[in-house]
Amino acid sequence: CDIDILKEKIGEVLLPGDEFVFESEDTIFLTDNVKPERPVCGPGLRQSGNRLVVSKSGVLRHKPPHTFWMDSQQWRYVPAKAETVIGIVTSKSGDIFKVDVGGSEQASLSYLAFEGATKRNRPNVQVGDLVFAQFTVANKDMEPELVCIDGSGRANGMGVFGGGGLLLKVSLGLVRRLLAPQSDIRSDLEQLFPCELVVGMNGRIWVRASTIQQTLIISNLLQSCDTLTAPQRREQFRKLQKGGL
Amino acid sequence: MKETPLSNCERDFLLRAIEEKKRLDGRQTYDYRKLKITFGTDYGCCFVDLGQTRVMAQVSCELVAPKENRPTEGILFFNIELSPMASPSFEQGRQSELSVKLNRQLERCLRNSKCIDTESLCVVSGEKVWQVRVDVHTLNNDGNLMDAASVAAITALCHFRRPDVAIQGEEVTVFSPEERDPIPLSVYHMPISVSFAFFQQGTFLLVDPCEREERVMDGLLMIAMNKHREICSIQSSGGIMLLKDQVMRCSKIASVKVSEITELISQALLNDKAARKAGGKCGFAESMPQDRITALKMDQTDVEMTNVSQTGSGVILQGDEAPPPTVPSPVVPVPGVGQVGQGLQSWGLEEEEEDDDDEEEESSGDDQVEEVTQIKLSEKDKKEAVVEISDSEEEEVEVDKLN
Repeated sequence: CDIDILKEKIGEVLLPGDEFVFESEDTIFLTDNVKPERPVCGPGLRQSGNRLVVSKSGVLRHKPPHTFWMDSQQWRYVPAKAETVIGIVTSKSGDIFKVDVGGSEQASLSYLAFEGATKRNRPNVQVGDLVFAQFTVANKDMEPELVCIDGSGRANGMGVFGGGGLLLKVSLGLVRRLLAPQSDIRSDLEQLFPCELVVGMNGRIWVRASTIQQTLIISNLLQSCDTLTAPQRREQFRKLQKGGL
Repeated sequence: MKETPLSNCERDFLLRAIEEKKRLDGRQTYDYRKLKITFGTDYGCCFVDLGQTRVMAQVSCELVAPKENRPTEGILFFNIELSPMASPSFEQGRQSELSVKLNRQLERCLRNSKCIDTESLCVVSGEKVWQVRVDVHTLNNDGNLMDAASVAAITALCHFRRPDVAIQGEEVTVFSPEERDPIPLSVYHMPISVSFAFFQQGTFLLVDPCEREERVMDGLLMIAMNKHREICSIQSSGGIMLLKDQVMRCSKIASVKVSEITELISQALLNDKAARKAGGKCGFAESMPQDRITALKMDQTDVEMTNVSQTGSGVILQGDEAPPPTVPSPVVPVPGVGQVGQGLQSWGLEEEEEDDDDEEEESSGDDQVEEVTQIKLSEKDKKEAVVEISDSEEEEVEVDKLN
């Protein structure tokens, strides 16, 4: 059937231009399901009619029942809707803040998009502050827009933050690995020492631990995780635990 | 492009860490990052890695007329290019403040210190001198471009070889590298610059600041020195007030660092010389480290190749088949006369010959084996029409027949 063609290729390296064609059946059996199963395309895959084309090189991943996407590595962030990112406020003008998210354009954040903010009660945001926000508008034709509240008006962890921590820039793949539901790196980190982590999908991570030394250790570890394989990383963590810096 | 702005929390964190004498990468206050020097295949091409900061220097020379007030001295020209490859805030072609500052400092460090003997660069006094040009390109900016550029420039100058010149009376001959070995420049001493970054109005200092430390610093002190403890240039920027004993302390630290770095440069030059003598591979490609991101690493990754080979063979099959080659063999119709081809004897055969000739032209690139078989076939075809003499074994029989 259609999805089975894709399922054979899970875990394989695919290159841009690889195509999958789904045969459209002329006769429909009465006993079969009325709607044929169609795959849901994630990043790196494009669907047009009954053709599925790979547009990014990487490894094909699958999430049951129908979701497929290309797992590729890059450093530069492209804003996408509903992704939570860490932004740096660059200017305040009238009613909106301009926030740098690492993309090609600066995003705009309205002062009313904070929990409990009204025209009289403005949020306390200065130039140079860090904000954790999500995109409501993010496409290539318009300036991206951020908000610090979710659909029901609650902050839900978003907003201004950042006293006393350190900001890092890492690859997008590492960020996705950290945010995955069962993350090896996160579980390894938990065993080291207690720390606060804010992970933005634009490749920015904010770290705070109880002392400056510990913060520096964690930030160096995270930056090296990009170029270490899993066994090497576990070796590093184990050495640190024993060394007891 | 604008640089990513520095957030307040990063600035506070860095300053607090410096107060506790902690640096981002775990170095001590007076530690340099790892310095790596490699050479390209040409003489005078040098790459310097200072941590993640990477610069390349290339030295070249040409014969020009000397300056009018200095007819017996060669000319030294320095240029630092800040390429957008190094940082998104560097713009190609535009002279930014940093670019002017770096160029000026490099010139003062190398030219005013008279580290190169310019008198030896003179060929014909008042007419022809060597102009030595040093181009430094910044490839990656992670702070402290000045130190990396000065190390790269002086190492490239020591590595460079200029063409040999012979003067006989009025004649000046410049030998190419193949004719005579090129000769090195005469370098008196090696000035190296050491940068000190100051924080909190001069209370704390750091040697070799990285890019983030440079963004939060108050001021920078640059001391250029050689290993004989002679100061070649001192420059302080940022408007900080420094006390006399602070400057003295910095110069003492600088002398220690400079002797270490000079040792490293000499070692690198010796290694390169040995490698070239031994005939081993040298150059940029060999010295490049392999940094791979291993996030998606698998020991063996399969790439689907069966389709590729099928389409490839399909394309080959579809191509037009080459026509077989035919060569007309020589003919002796009458003793003493040789004939190749049929000439204007008959219409039918003429057309055949034209075809044969055309086929011959098209098939000039084909295998010899095919040619031979085709020639034999055509011989057999034409046997009945024309009596042929060829290099085959049947020669004797045919000669008899003619006679």
